[in-house]
Amino acid sequence: MNSQASLFQYILKIADNQLILGHRLSEQCSKGPFLEEDIACSNIALDLIGAANSLYIYAAAIEGENKTEDDLVFLRSERAFRNVLLVEQPNTDFAYIMCRQFLFDTYDYFFQLALQKSKDETLAAIAAKTIKESTYHLRHSGNWIIRLGDGTAESNTRLKAAFTNLWCYVEELFEQDAAELDLVAQGIAVDTQLIKSQFNSHIAEIMQTAGMEIPTGIFMQSGGKKGVHTEYLGFLLAEMQSVHRSFPGVKW
Amino acid sequence: MNSLKLDENQLIENFEAKLAKNEMIEPKDWMPAQYRKHLIRQISQHAHSEIIGMQPEGNWITRAPSMRRKMVLLAKVQDEAGHGLYLYSAAESMGISREEMLDQLHTGAAKYSSIFNYPTLTWADMGAIGWLVDGAAIMNQVMLQRTSYGPYARAMVRICKEESFHQRQGYEIMNVLATGSVEQKEMAQDALNRWWWPSLMMFGPRDEESPNSEQAIKWKIKRETNDQLRQRFVNQTVSQVEKIGLVVPDKAIKWNEAKNEYDFGEINWDEFWTVVKGNGPCNKVRIANKIKSHEEGAWVREAANAHAEKNNKTKAA
Ligand SMILES: [Fe+2]
Ligand SMILES: [Fe+2]
Repeated sequence: MNSQASLFQYILKIADNQLILGHRLSEQCSKGPFLEEDIACSNIALDLIGAANSLYIYAAAIEGENKTEDDLVFLRSERAFRNVLLVEQPNTDFAYIMCRQFLFDTYDYFFQLALQKSKDETLAAIAAKTIKESTYHLRHSGNWIIRLGDGTAESNTRLKAAFTNLWCYVEELFEQDAAELDLVAQGIAVDTQLIKSQFNSHIAEIMQTAGMEIPTGIFMQSGGKKGVHTEYLGFLLAEMQSVHRSFPGVKW
Repeated sequence: MNSLKLDENQLIENFEAKLAKNEMIEPKDWMPAQYRKHLIRQISQHAHSEIIGMQPEGNWITRAPSMRRKMVLLAKVQDEAGHGLYLYSAAESMGISREEMLDQLHTGAAKYSSIFNYPTLTWADMGAIGWLVDGAAIMNQVMLQRTSYGPYARAMVRICKEESFHQRQGYEIMNVLATGSVEQKEMAQDALNRWWWPSLMMFGPRDEESPNSEQAIKWKIKRETNDQLRQRFVNQTVSQVEKIGLVVPDKAIKWNEAKNEYDFGEINWDEFWTVVKGNGPCNKVRIANKIKSHEEGAWVREAANAHAEKNNKTKAA
């Protein structure tokens, strides 16, 4: 892969994470446990989709095939999506939603912090804007982990189930292939191995406050970054792309 | 007894004098029980409309056909949730709790705008709703910026600032569709056909069939009648329809030179009352959805309360 092609793939990985998680959260719009939380979740969904949009615009420019951000979102099929498996997991209940957010938000906060120092100026600029939102997202989901862990027996049980079932997707967040390591060497991509300890200690701190234990002995899943997804993504894309694909080539 | 009665008369006099001077009534001011009751009903219904209105549009966020449209729609639906919040607060200032209001919504004791009991079937419906439904709402809300109850009027000022963006994005969606491919234009006209009449119904029954209206105008809660607002909406909207090459689905629509306004056809009042009475296409599903998310959120609210209580205890200790 030449370096433009690997940069293109790298941007897609970041953007797809934001888009798919934002999409999942946007499915919850009007279904929140109370109005203020509904507004908060829509707000976060909008942040994520907005950040993805800036990245797709940049990715399209790097690819240089006269495509738009919409081509990348609506006309790629399942195997071409590069998001991690974590973000495509369904909204099983509010505990799953917040656990998924918390794991991703923690990763994303330290990731965006590091990406601000990228030698790629556009990526660094997008990260500098995104970090303000990521800081808020991290506080929001962290507070919920504490509330749900500490709240009632039911909320604690539900949160425990969510952590147990989503923990298998943690390791994939930090996976890097040869092309990405090449970009790390050039100072463009974030070395995810370096943010892993920050991730671990933030997770440990919040979970301890919440009275939760970190799951152990969980077999780790991966594949999303290579386009091998869980069965959930196909349905998500079928819905997301349905209108756009039904009317090829028109303006919206 | 006598002196109490005199006091009451004095209070009514003061209240009416305030209205006459176009002064706002504030939460701590004395007000007639009927005035309070009327406003609690109106403001809570208005709040519920914002909240239930999130459903038909929320239905299309995940399918919006471009990134820009997706972001705009999500932002709009989020705005509506915010409007609900302002309005619940305004109603709370009259001494009713959010819990009570939600309860009334869930049991059907409180109504919300009937327009949201129609289904959103195609992407063009997002255009039609923003343009026509928000457009009709604006007519009403602009008037309510001068309503006599202070907190309600101030909520309306904030809301109106956001509403014009809602209408603009809707009209823009329709414009793009109406000037797009043949299929897109058909989609736009179909949406207009389905949303035109329900939008006119949003202004409520004809003046002579709207008994509450007269009292509301006396109390300066409303400043214009249902028919006046409806007429203004038609006058404004017909040229917008023509501008993008669509056709108003009303054969009776005709410019009346003498009256300097459009004549338009008769609303199907049977349909109007059918939907008001709970038998519109989506009444049941909208409320069922609302109850479902409220019930599914119960353990979350309990957990948040339990945690807050434990925290307070630790702080107090
Ligand atoms: Fe609104
Ligand atoms: Fe609106």
